[in-house]
Amino acid sequence: MTATAQGSDKADVPVFHFAEGEPEHHPGDSTMLGFWLYLMSDCLVFAVLFATYGVLGRNYAAGPSGADLFDLKLVAVNTAMLLFSSITYGFAMLAMDKGRQAAVQGWLVVTALFGLAFLGIELYEFAHLIHEGATPMRSAFLSSFFTLVGTHGLHVTFGLIWLAVLMTQVSKHGLIAANRRRLMCLSMFWHFLDVVWIGVFTFVYLMGVLK
Amino acid sequence: MTSYPDWWKLVFGRFTLEAIPYHEPILIATFAAVLLGGLALVALISRFKLWGYLWHEWFTSVDHKKIGIMYMILGVIMLLRGFADALMMRGQQAIAFAGNEGYLPPHHYDQIFTAHGVIMIFFVAMPFVTGLMNYVVPLQIGARDVAFPFLNNFSFWMTVGGAVLVMASLFIGEFAKVGWLAYPPLSGVAYSPGVGMDYYLWALQIAGIGTTLSGVNLIATIVKMRAPGMDLMKMPIFTWTSLCTNVLIVATFPILAATLALLTLDRYVGTNFFTNDLGGNPMMYVNLIWIWGHPEVYILILPLFGVYSEVASTFCGKRLFGYASMVYATVVITILSYLVWLHHFFTMGSGASVNSFFGITTMIISIPTGAKIFNWLFTMYRGRIRFELPMMWLLAFMITFVIGGMTGVMLAVPPADFVLHNSLFLIAHFHNVIIGGVVFGVFAGIAYWFPKAFGFKLDPFWGHLSFWFWVVGFYVAFMPLYILGLMGVTRRLSRFEDPSLQIWFVIAAFGAVLIAFGILCFLIQIGVSILRREQLRDTTGDPWDGRTLEWSTSSPPPAYNFAFTPIAHDLDSWADMKKRGYQRPLTGYRPIHMPKNTGAGLIIAGLATICGFALIWYIWWLAALSFVAAIAAVIIHTFNYDRDFHIPADEVVRAEEARTQLLGRA
Amino acid sequence: MSQNHAEAHDSHHAGHHDGHDSHGAAHGSLRGYVTGFLLSVVLTAIPFWLVMNGVLANSTLTAIVIMLFAAAQIVVHMVYFLHMNGRSEGGWTMMALIFTIVIVAIALTGSLWVMFHLNANMMPDLHKM
Repeated sequence: MTATAQGSDKADVPVFHFAEGEPEHHPGDSTMLGFWLYLMSDCLVFAVLFATYGVLGRNYAAGPSGADLFDLKLVAVNTAMLLFSSITYGFAMLAMDKGRQAAVQGWLVVTALFGLAFLGIELYEFAHLIHEGATPMRSAFLSSFFTLVGTHGLHVTFGLIWLAVLMTQVSKHGLIAANRRRLMCLSMFWHFLDVVWIGVFTFVYLMGVLK
Repeated sequence: MTSYPDWWKLVFGRFTLEAIPYHEPILIATFAAVLLGGLALVALISRFKLWGYLWHEWFTSVDHKKIGIMYMILGVIMLLRGFADALMMRGQQAIAFAGNEGYLPPHHYDQIFTAHGVIMIFFVAMPFVTGLMNYVVPLQIGARDVAFPFLNNFSFWMTVGGAVLVMASLFIGEFAKVGWLAYPPLSGVAYSPGVGMDYYLWALQIAGIGTTLSGVNLIATIVKMRAPGMDLMKMPIFTWTSLCTNVLIVATFPILAATLALLTLDRYVGTNFFTNDLGGNPMMYVNLIWIWGHPEVYILILPLFGVYSEVASTFCGKRLFGYASMVYATVVITILSYLVWLHHFFTMGSGASVNSFFGITTMIISIPTGAKIFNWLFTMYRGRIRFELPMMWLLAFMITFVIGGMTGVMLAVPPADFVLHNSLFLIAHFHNVIIGGVVFGVFAGIAYWFPKAFGFKLDPFWGHLSFWFWVVGFYVAFMPLYILGLMGVTRRLSRFEDPSLQIWFVIAAFGAVLIAFGILCFLIQIGVSILRREQLRDTTGDPWDGRTLEWSTSSPPPAYNFAFTPIAHDLDSWADMKKRGYQRPLTGYRPIHMPKNTGAGLIIAGLATICGFALIWYIWWLAALSFVAAIAAVIIHTFNYDRDFHIPADEVVRAEEARTQLLGRA
Repeated sequence: MSQNHAEAHDSHHAGHHDGHDSHGAAHGSLRGYVTGFLLSVVLTAIPFWLVMNGVLANSTLTAIVIMLFAAAQIVVHMVYFLHMNGRSEGGWTMMALIFTIVIVAIALTGSLWVMFHLNANMMPDLHKM
């Protein structure tokens, strides 16, 4: 940054370009910000789904309501799975900072297992509801319920695929800068899904059971 | 109707040979023309062995300048299609009176007005706006490319994918018959069972992904890659408006995507979001789509406000009046644009309190816009105005847009809106602001930056001819619609009973023909300029005595834009550099780090488009296959770590020495 | 500590970058993650307990309380897991977040408000059916 310092000198003719020591732009420099912006746009997708659930979520059309359907114990277990996966991913990031590749991979496996458990429980819940006749087609409430929770589940699924790809890449190339950046992006994605889930279990499950 | 065997349905979904519209003479003639033209183009490209050139230099290019130009070409092509639709509608409405059925049956007419709206917004205005931003923003901030060059290429091809689907609907099946925003329940599966609505959904979904990603890309570019010294309040105004536009894109296109996805679920899965059964509520769709829809109109107009500002300060030879107020006005519009969406459906019945809130916010938003008009006026005041083509467009815009803005404020009054809603008055209003604002601005931008992109100016004679045809044509075409709207004529009608109305439609049709001449003159202008490029050549890189950094490099700029990253000291950096006697460096060139071209974007977008097509026609095996293939292609692409290279120093030396010679000649 | 230094350096030259790869969000510490996790467990457990055992008689009150807990937990996640602060990326991530929260709030409350009034005016008997 020496050239910048020269440039801001109070000389009569300031420096108008980098004669030397020009910073090279690396393609990864903007990745974290760009990915964060993507997450913000994803927030808007969930905002629409939450708004739709908020507006249509009490239109049971003489069908079952949340209080009839939701099994809060199951939801609590599911929430725990996601919460555990969040902290294990955090441990993977800490291991990454220390450059311990094996530990990173280990924690990622644990994260993936918790993620799979979460998805398994959610699929079980969905299957159970559909078996009872509470299908997405049954009422606007169920349409918006399945879509909101399902979209979150779909994100978790893509997160898991991404996780598998990243583990392959880490084992292939090690913790190089590009891979560390990707791990950080997935970390943001994963924790972001956790934040969305807070909204889901509060707004959909807990408040759905009230009254 | 022939019945098709089961294997046919398995292989081709609901596609049948009857879906090819060979009973429609208009479509067959169009198809023949497109086919012949396409074959001729393919033959020419093959004859001159240009496929390799196109593939390596353009289709797989990650250079923001080439992608920008490709966006503009897409915009022009789709403008021709969208405008053909407009001419057909004007023709139909001019003759379909008192028993005359006109030449378009209602089901065809309904497709045309839907296609016209969809194409003009998503595949004309958006590519034009994105193309201008793509081309100009990195140059204005002294950067060598955008933040994510590969993503930029991918976004472009996704937009093309959406356009391809809309065009395919012309010859394979049909398009939607529901109006450009496709309100349910009409757009639901009960009332629109055909493929038209599905073409609409998947085309917009695919193009929308591209738009969102390009928004993320440009924000990151503006935030992270500005030249040293260019802090936020030294950013050129076009870059500022681009930043705000892309913020709007990133914060609204996901809303469109989600809303359309819910409608898609209604149609494909049988959910009940927007149906009239089992607790669904079609009004929720109207609410959601306008939360996207209103910011969308600001997405379209804001960058053009930037263009007008650049044009005003350049051609008046002085600093933009009220730069800071212009920035604040832009930011205020960005936020306020989220608070007005209900004015599109005052008549829905949300009641007085809701309507008055949104009516007032709508009127408030005209204040920052009005401030901008005064800024341009005061920039012109005591300026040394050069009436070049971009300046002419600016003047036409200022007059036209003020009229459009005033009718907009009229519509913002809920009681007035109850009378004018859904009438031709509304149609006249939004064409007034979109043509007078967006289209004029795009033409101003093209005339202004064309010499930068290609190294020669556009021919002024044909440009002025095009300008006058457009401006006069606009007034002749749309002023009658204001009058008709005030008389209570509603939109989207394919025939009329009252013969006293006919004269107004005839005048409007005449105006549309004038605009057609304007477009023709524009195309001739491009052709003539290419032929006369040696006379129109710009060797300086700065043909208009410009003020911002894009004019400091050569025309066309080298692949790396700037041999040395510039350092900004002033709002009008280049004007400042010229004033203070900047000397272009002639030695000390070094290798330059650049991203590599890749075909991955085209391939992934192509697979996504195939997937969309398969979903439209219920060809499930193909949909699954292309979806998996697209995901696989994305994953394979991530295994490519070798994404950039250095342009060797001697190549930079050669390019810069060529420029030195050019400058010496000038 | 070097992380913080890199960021301070970066925000000094707001808007550009100095070529190396270190200025992503800081990755936090073991202590931070564990604190965040424990807080999250508590903030999750209490709302579940409130609802599952019907602790508060008034369901509106319960709804308000669990929404407050959700808001608190979101802040905890943002701080301890997503490492949000006003400094990373020169403050732009925070700016983007605040903007998004505003837009989400407008879209959510606006939709509810608009649709509630619509239902009240146009379908007054809807919920009596």
